[in-house]
Order: sequence, then structure tokens, then C-alpha cells
Amino acid sequence: MDILVVLKMVPDIVEELTLAADGTGLDRDQVRMILSELDDRALEEALLLKERHGGNVTALALDAPDLDEALFAALAKGADRAVKVTGAGEGPSTRRAATVLGQVLEREESLKPVDLILTGVQAIDDLDGLLAPLLASLLGLPFLGVVIQVSVDGSARKAMATKECPNGFQARFEVDLPAVLGIQSAEKTPRYVPVGKLRAAMKSRTIELLPASPAGEAALAASELLEMEKPEEAVQAEFLEGSPEEVSEKLCEILSGRSLM
Amino acid sequence: MSQSSPATLQEESEFTVESLFASPEGRKILTCMQCGMCASTCPYGDVMEFSPRRIIATLREGDMERVLTSSSLLNCVACYACMAKCPRGIRLGEVLLPVVKEQVLLRLKDIPAELQKALQNMLAYGNPEGMSPRKRADWVKDAGVPVRILPEDPRPTDVLWFVECHGAYHPRGVETSRATAKLFDALEVDFAILGNEERCAGECSRGAEGEPGLFDLLREHNMATFGKYSFKRVVTSGAHAYDAFRFNYGDVGFHYPLEHTTPFFSDRLDQLTPLLKKELNCKVTYHDSCCLGRHSGFYEEPRRLLRAIPGVELVEMCHNRVNSICCGGGGGGNWLDTYYKSKGYERLSERRVKEAIATGADVLASSCPYEIPRFEDALKVLGHEEMVVRDVTELLVEAMEG
Amino acid sequence: MVAEQWRGGISEVTHEALALGRELADASHAKLTAVLLGSGGGDRAELLGDADLVLCLDHPSLDEFVPAVYAEALSPLVAGREPRCVLIPLTNLSMGLETLLSVRIGAPAVTFCRDLQIVDGRLQARCVVYGGKLEATLQVSGPTAVLGLLPGVRPAAAGTGTRKVEVEVIPVSLPEALKVRFKEHVEPEAGDVDITHQDALVAVGRGLMDEENLPAAEELAKLLGGAVCGSRPTIDQGWLPLSRQVGKSGYTVKPKLYLALGISGAPEHTEGMRGAGLIVAVNMDRQAPIFQVAHYGIVADVLDLMPALAAAIESRKDAAGHG
Repeated sequence: MDILVVLKMVPDIVEELTLAADGTGLDRDQVRMILSELDDRALEEALLLKERHGGNVTALALDAPDLDEALFAALAKGADRAVKVTGAGEGPSTRRAATVLGQVLEREESLKPVDLILTGVQAIDDLDGLLAPLLASLLGLPFLGVVIQVSVDGSARKAMATKECPNGFQARFEVDLPAVLGIQSAEKTPRYVPVGKLRAAMKSRTIELLPASPAGEAALAASELLEMEKPEEAVQAEFLEGSPEEVSEKLCEILSGRSLM
Repeated sequence: MSQSSPATLQEESEFTVESLFASPEGRKILTCMQCGMCASTCPYGDVMEFSPRRIIATLREGDMERVLTSSSLLNCVACYACMAKCPRGIRLGEVLLPVVKEQVLLRLKDIPAELQKALQNMLAYGNPEGMSPRKRADWVKDAGVPVRILPEDPRPTDVLWFVECHGAYHPRGVETSRATAKLFDALEVDFAILGNEERCAGECSRGAEGEPGLFDLLREHNMATFGKYSFKRVVTSGAHAYDAFRFNYGDVGFHYPLEHTTPFFSDRLDQLTPLLKKELNCKVTYHDSCCLGRHSGFYEEPRRLLRAIPGVELVEMCHNRVNSICCGGGGGGNWLDTYYKSKGYERLSERRVKEAIATGADVLASSCPYEIPRFEDALKVLGHEEMVVRDVTELLVEAMEG
Repeated sequence: MVAEQWRGGISEVTHEALALGRELADASHAKLTAVLLGSGGGDRAELLGDADLVLCLDHPSLDEFVPAVYAEALSPLVAGREPRCVLIPLTNLSMGLETLLSVRIGAPAVTFCRDLQIVDGRLQARCVVYGGKLEATLQVSGPTAVLGLLPGVRPAAAGTGTRKVEVEVIPVSLPEALKVRFKEHVEPEAGDVDITHQDALVAVGRGLMDEENLPAAEELAKLLGGAVCGSRPTIDQGWLPLSRQVGKSGYTVKPKLYLALGISGAPEHTEGMRGAGLIVAVNMDRQAPIFQVAHYGIVADVLDLMPALAAAIESRKDAAGHG
């Protein structure tokens, strides 16, 4: 079966995030990009499916800083192809990303046929929609989100997927293929790539390049991003200061004052 | 002790027993007489399916796969005990174990999550804690004494102080770094640090954890950074960093004079002693760390420092010096506690702390950054919190600050 | 707004969205219409009293909240009625609906809104981005927009009006063969403890460092007359069972006391506990987002604080006993 995994690079929030001078986004020179965590899990689920059912896995992404390392890592982990779409410009609009990717997927014969498209159900920079349902809509494919497990029947015409629900419940679904699934987690933690293997992949494997289609009219309606800023320090918390012993005393005072002890 | 590092990463398919035994040190492995000293001295020997003895026997039979698909190498805490006791002098902890571990890791289906995270963090951020590299020098703000940061002030310096990850990011490590800074200052040493340009020296990822590719990357970065500045020698407060620089950075041109802070301060004892004014009045037992002790032989230096502190009575644990029992932090062990627990193993740090308690000491002194949090945890678990754990430098500074 | 139902009941987030919808409707002299999907919705319509009108889309295929199916059912309705905006509470159930619907009706979508205002006649959304480290303000100028609302956007209590509402039953046409087919629910393993019915919860996060520190948390929970629960990472690591998970993928809890130990406060967690009576958070990082929802904050190492607090509570109990 043919599985496509769509990867996206997002800002690494371990670092302090500095805003660009115009306040409408991050300072792109300062920001460090990493692979979106849920996309990494989508890749893992794809690789597990390949191990179980055979077939091949293609990793597809829009060009972004530090993307190459993520694509080589995907190859080192077992993906068969890594494809990078160039010329789409930068900026965090998920709508625009979906539009570009959708056009490439419609246009490129080498990326067809696809039985299953997996990508993280959400990312930390989604503001104008989520990639998985956007892609599904543009490609006319069924969508299911918050998926934590996938299996495919023999003919690859149907998938059984488990969706995470509130209160610890799960829901089982049947989805006609081809389809787009928004992954919440894979059945296992994403596998580790020894650095030596990663470097070997960088030397011996290639990332295929595809150009974005010439920019046409934005097919999808958009909203306007006015500004980004640090959240108000609506620090409701009153801080109790002192040593653990002092603080514990203060806390006990508060608790007994509210009859909570 | 000159040493050539083992062959750099060999792809799964390339590794052969022949290639392992090809080097002079590798050939020495063939002289193993199967006495079993290694297995019996290994702190996890009772749960180690493949002790060095068995590894050698199995490899000699040509049965590589059995060794390489066993996860028992994850129990190796890189403490060099086996190597110290080997009557043939086989460089077990420097040659055999790292190479085998590397191959084991390549084949391992599921790397324990905590360890995987630490390795990924080292790759992404240059430290296992996963903290921003831009915060690596934040601890300097409250050091109490001036600490020059080379990227900000690149003038030549006498000592380049390599702080290492724990010393920069871990709350207890930072306290030790501040104590070290105070000692440098009191001794009027001209020193500076690399600040945010420093990355993990990589000892824990090399053969110790089976990730030589990661080690190579970190080593490259650090060597390039060293090349930017002018200094006379490297002094590090990280015992594992010292180990890496001494034994595994030589092949890539690290020829700077190198010292660890413990012997560095011990050499300056006559300058230091008049400053040690406050009587500490406590019984101290010293834990010999694996890297400084067995691997590099610095047994007396820390003891000299401790004896110089007024009011300190030094007592020895039953296993000391070359017989010291590892705290369990090496070889990736620092990130494998949940894994060991799931297998029902006793934590080595608890075993060691019990020995410390038996001496009746008030203070357990150490000189490797892993040890402090590990021993403090063990004391909590064993419910013996009247004993405290201190780095030797912390005790010296306490005695200085009357 | 699209009402969410889960296993026979109206979800709390629905009331939150109603409260917000009512506010926006009043501010712009517009009507608030609530959409209830699924069979037999008529009975529950009266629970949506803050709306001016409740539309019931009655069809058995809508009994389970499946975004792909809901988008199919809702788009002709929304396209026909041309609302100023469509509010959809974002949960595991609904995730993706806001996007699917927006594409179908040709409107922009804005996700992860934590507030909506009308400013100079235009709808402005304040959205959480980059794990809560930043907030973005987006403006919608077009005729319609679909907005995904984060839980907690308004207090649920403000959306539980019970005035009599006008109810309209709308015929729904869905294709015979749906491509995304709900099969069944899988119940979580019965846990020993129901964390949704505790007066006090001691919640542990990554800051607990190691599973072996759980007993200290359990002791605290016992002293406080409650139970231990955890954020998602602690469940993922296997320290606690699923029945103890608080947050988006777990339970929403409202104890009188919620003691958050070593929890950073990511939105996925806080949405499950922000309604607690008294929230006390302990974290080594003064900037941790948890302090924005906590009433009291303590910057300390959880491993130091747990024994100190246990000792303090115990000595008070002793004193009380001897008093």
C-alpha cells in the first residue's frame, strides 16, 4: 500500500520566542524550527503500517528551515521517499500550505496513487485551520481526526481507525480509502534514529524537489492576522515565597482557612 | 594511558567480529582467559546476561547475533570496574564494551523512552536535559564572583573552564559550579567559560550509550569552538567531560593541557589551605567516581583536599578507591532508572548510599556531577536525610566562607 | 453555534460557547442559533436556553459526533442561513469540523480561540499559539467565519439559561453510504478511583521526575482526603492509568482543591481542571503557564515540597488532635 506522510516544521518552543519588529509574527532569524511532534507520530504510525502490511511510505513537506534534517531522519527511519516542495514562500498559514500541497498532489503523477495520507491532527502554529481536514477537503477525501491507531484491511480499500474521545473513551471507525487521517499518537513512541544512521542517510539518500504550482488566486478565504504578542501576564497566581517548609506552612494556613484540610 | 578510540560507527551490516579484533587493542581481547573477574566485579553482574567474559566467549565462537540482540548491555554503567580488575589488562571499558553497545543500540527495537529523550535532547540542544543552549550560561548571574564568558569577551585566558551540562543546567550542578567559580576566584586563577557555545562533551553518548555518531557530532562542535579562542589549558569540573577529552578527543587534535578541577585544586593546596578558616566539624566519607578514580587514578587528590578542611574527619566506605561502587549514572544509566526499576533491579546509588550510611558519616562527598542528585534521591528513598551530599568544591567553599 | 453532545448529555463546552454566543449576539443585535445534531434532540433543546433558536438536525447518523458527517449535514444549513459566524467548541470530538465546514461554505476558519470580541463592527479573535507562549489576534472581515473555541472561553455557568426557546426540526439528507463510519465506543478500563468525584486532587506532571516519587504524592493525597491524578505525560509514561488522566484526552475535574505538582500548564491539561475551586501550582519555572490558571503559586522543586507539605499537614493534624 502507498502511504503519504505530510510533515511540517514548527517553531521550537523550548527556546524563548522573539517577535518580529512588526509584531505580526516571530522573528524568523531567531526562531529554531523542529518537526511538529504530532507529524513525527504520524510518520511512526506510517512506518508501523508499512512493517505490518508492506508497501511504501513517502514523506512530503513544504520547504522550511531545518527541514532537510527531518526528511533525512524520515528516510533513515524507513521512509522510502522524501519529497520537498519549494517555492511556496514562508509564513505560518496552514491554509496556504494545504493549498500548495494539494495542488502538488493533484499534479504529480509520481505521487499517485495514494491509499492513505497521515499527518498530525494539529500543530502549534495552526491558526487558520488544521492541515489534515484542509487536505481532505481539497482532495475530496474522507477525513478522521484524533486518531491513535490505524489498521488496514487486505485489499487496502478500508481502514479501521481508533479515535481518542473524552473521559478515556475511544471510538472505532471504518474509513474508506483513500483517506486523510489526522494523527494524535502512534501505537508506539516515535523510534530513535542513531546519529550515525542519520548522517549516513544524509550522504547516501536524496531528497526529491518539486516546485509549487504557480501562485494562483488564493482558493480559500482567509482572515487577517493583526498581531502576535505575549499573553497578558494574567498571572492570577499569588506566589508564596520562602523555603519549602515556610511555604508549606503558609499553604496550610490557606487550606485550613478554607476548610480544605 | 594512550588510547585509540574504537572504529567510528559501523553500519549494522559492516560490523564483523574480524573488524573488532583487527586493532591492537582488539587483538588483546583474544587473550582473555575467561577467569570471570570482570563478571564478578561488575555492579550489575548478577543481572548481566552478557558480562564481558561471556561477550568475549560468544564472539570468539563467532556467534555475534546472540550478543548483539541482547538488551543486557543496557545494564552496563560504564564504570570501568571490569577493566580495572582484568588480569590481562584488556581495555574492556574502552574498546570492547563501547563497540558492542553501539551495535546493540542499532538493533534495539525499543530504546527506553527516557534514554531516547536524553539522546534526542543532546542532538537538538547539546545537553541531555533538553534546555535551550542559549540558557547555558544563565547560572553565571548568581555566581557571586565574576565569570568571564569567551563569546562576549574573547581575550586570551589561562584556563578555559569547561563547565559541562549538569554544571550549567541542573540546580545542584549549578551550585557546584558556583562553588568552583569561587575557588578559581579565591586562587586568583585567570579563567573563562565558553558559555552558550559549549555543548555536551559527549562521553555519555559515546560507547557508553552506544551512540558514537552523536558523540562525533558533539566532539566536532566543541573542537571547532575551542579553535576560536586562545587559552593555555582546559580545566573541567565534569568528570565525564574529563574522561572524554582525555581518552577520546585526542584523535581529532585535542592536545591542550587538560586537568580536572579536583587535582587542579589539590595541586594548589598550599595556596588554598590558609583560606579554609571555618571548622566544619563533620565526618565525611568520599565516593570515588568511576571516571576520576578507576579510569584516571585520582584517588588521593580529593582526599588531600578534604583532609585540609578544618574539623573534617575522613572515613572510608568498605569499597573505596579502585573498588568503589558506581553510582549507576554512567553508560546512560542516569536515564535508565525507570527501565531498571521495571526490571526489578536495585539502584546502584542506593547500594552505595547504604555503604555510606554504614560509615556513620554526616556528609557524602563526591566529585562527579551525576552523583549528587543520584545520592540525594537515594537518601530520600532510604529515608536517611540526616546525611547530606556535597561536592568537594562545595565543602571547600563552605570552609572558606567563615 | 454547534452544540456538542457526548453519550447522552450536553457537553460543558457547549454552555461555554452559548455564553460567548449570547454575548456576541447581544453586542451586535443579532440572533443566536444553536444547532443540535442527532436523534431525539428535541428534549435537550430546552437546555440551550441562551439561544434564540435551536435547530434540531434529527438523523441517526448524527448520534455520534463525527466531523466528516457533521460537515456534510451542516454545510447546506449554514450556507442557507448565512450566519455572521459559526462557533464550534474544539474538543477531541469536534476537532476538524471547523476546518471542514469552513472550506465547504467558503469562509475563513480561525482555530484555538480563547476569546472573541466585536471591535469596530468586526469580529476579532484572540487565539492561543505556540503552546501558549504567544497569542495572536485575528480579524475576520468577510460575511461569515467559522471559529473553533478553546474550552474555558467563558464560564459554563454563564451559558445555562433556561428560558423557553424556539425549536425547529430540520430535515437532514445524508448520503446512504458514508465514507467515515462510526462503529462503537470502547470503554476505558475501570479504574479504582473516580477522579471526577474527589474533593481534593493531587496532580502530578513531568516535574515528578520519576515514577518512584509517586508514593510521596499519594501520601499527600491521602492527607488531603483525595486522590492522585496526572497530566498526559505521566499516563503516557505508564506511571498512572488512563482513569487518572486530567485534560483534553482525559477527564475534566472540579475538585475543591487541585494541587498541581510539576505540571507546566499546557492548554490541553488546564482545560481539564481550570474549574477547580482552589488551584495551587508548584513548578520550578516561574514562567510556567500553569501559574496563569492557579490561584496560588509556589516556585520550588516538587521533590522538596512534597515532604515539607506532608510534614506541615501532619503536624497540624497532630496539634489539632492534642488541642
